Amino acid sequence: MKEFILIFRHENATAKVSPEQMQIWMKQQMDWIGGIAAQNKFISGTGLLFDDAKVVRHNNIVTNGPFGEIKETLGGYIMVKAESVEEAVEFAKGSPVLQGEGNTVEVRQITKH
Amino acid sequence: MEQQELIPHLFRTEYSKITAVLCKLFGFEHIQIAEDIASETFLLAFETWTYKGIPANPAGWLYIVAKNKAKNYFNHNKIFAEKILKQIQYSNIKDEALEIDLSEKNITDSQLQMLFAICQPSIPAEAQIGLALRILCGFGIDEIADAFLTNKETINKRLFRAKEKLRLEKVQINFPGKTEIDKRLETVLTTLYLLFSEGYYSESKNAVIRKDLCLEAMRLTYLLIENEQTNQHPTNALLSLMCFHASRLDARTTINGEIILYQDQDENLWNHELILKGNYFLTQASNWNILSKYYLEAKIAYWHTIKADTAEKWESILQLYNHLLQLEYSPIAALNRTFALAKAKGKQIALIEAEKLNLPGNHFYHILLGELCRGIDNIRAKKHFKKAFSLAKTQTEKNTIKMKIEEL
Repeated sequence: MKEFILIFRHENATAKVSPEQMQIWMKQQMDWIGGIAAQNKFISGTGLLFDDAKVVRHNNIVTNGPFGEIKETLGGYIMVKAESVEEAVEFAKGSPVLQGEGNTVEVRQITKH
Repeated sequence: MEQQELIPHLFRTEYSKITAVLCKLFGFEHIQIAEDIASETFLLAFETWTYKGIPANPAGWLYIVAKNKAKNYFNHNKIFAEKILKQIQYSNIKDEALEIDLSEKNITDSQLQMLFAICQPSIPAEAQIGLALRILCGFGIDEIADAFLTNKETINKRLFRAKEKLRLEKVQINFPGKTEIDKRLETVLTTLYLLFSEGYYSESKNAVIRKDLCLEAMRLTYLLIENEQTNQHPTNALLSLMCFHASRLDARTTINGEIILYQDQDENLWNHELILKGNYFLTQASNWNILSKYYLEAKIAYWHTIKADTAEKWESILQLYNHLLQLEYSPIAALNRTFALAKAKGKQIALIEAEKLNLPGNHFYHILLGELCRGIDNIRAKKHFKKAFSLAKTQTEKNTIKMKIEEL
């Protein structure tokens, strides 16, 4: 069994959403992850906070961000077990993040030593 | 209490206390001596009380006799006495003379320390449970054999091997240090959970034994709550879970031990006092602000104390299983999660998810698939129930599945 990371990228992550909308997204995300975990293929995962986000650049220049400068921001990731990249892609297709036009889920295999 | 009931009751409670205190004093290598002294004490009680009547304070009487018997044993076995006294001095007890402390505090401490000593990861789980039942709960070999649906010889062998292991590994009877306690507590709680489940899911025909197993597991868990060091989040969560489950003990089986499914249970037989206790310990557990496995399971069990099917109930249960599975996968949690999904979102959606679970050798999996197909594709439902029937291990399960096939 291989391990993959599914990385969620949001376009327009700072757009205001209602608490009700957030609640729905959260639930969808939990159901999606629950479905993967029920197949014993969930490893770990977390969301990433936008508050207090910093970017450290060459020469140790620290900026607030990364918003506004790049089009897509990292919203979170999960790590899964899958037989093949195709299976991992099938997991990714179910991600509620993809309901947002312009949002993406990047699927990458994790190196194991 | 009639004498006929008094002796077994006292035996349960006092035998284990005397054994724990003596064993703590002598060390595991002499556990047989501790058990023999406790047994002889009861034999003498039985012989004496039959003719002279039961003393006003039966437990106190037993303690005095046990103390005397232990002292006599010391006087007549010089080598043993020297060995033990040396150990006792080694563990910094100044008194030259043997002092057997059967105070309430020392009994509780000894039982807790024994509990930690018995729950060793190196000993097979079923042997841990057997030892706990024998030494800490005072169950007879017959009763343990009945609970495990096996014979006395098997249990005797199992206990003997476990005691040998404790002796060979020189397991100390003491309380783990502060740094070690959380890890050790985990093993202890796992054993108590198994002990409880052994009673809850036992196929034994003896309803009294089944119930006693559950109650003893709860009593030992409560001992841990009374102790400041072990009164932790998972201990409270586990006791809450046990209370919720135990509240349905009288409703979930017929007199003959046949299982009554949740949907068909008479709610009036649910024990509301235990439900309230479950709520109390759940609230206590939430003070730590941790979402542990036992806590999530207790929350699920809490929702099952409300029988009415509401959208909120099944949505909550679904989310709890989503979370539980992320912490720790188990096939039964995966199946229950899919059942909750069917209740919350409908059978069609759940069926798609169920097909991905890949548990072909599990009869519960086929029961679930059968239930999900029922009313959508009855021919397929029947196929799954038949498969479940062929995979089921016990007659009770086979009977339940047969009824489902006939209902179609």
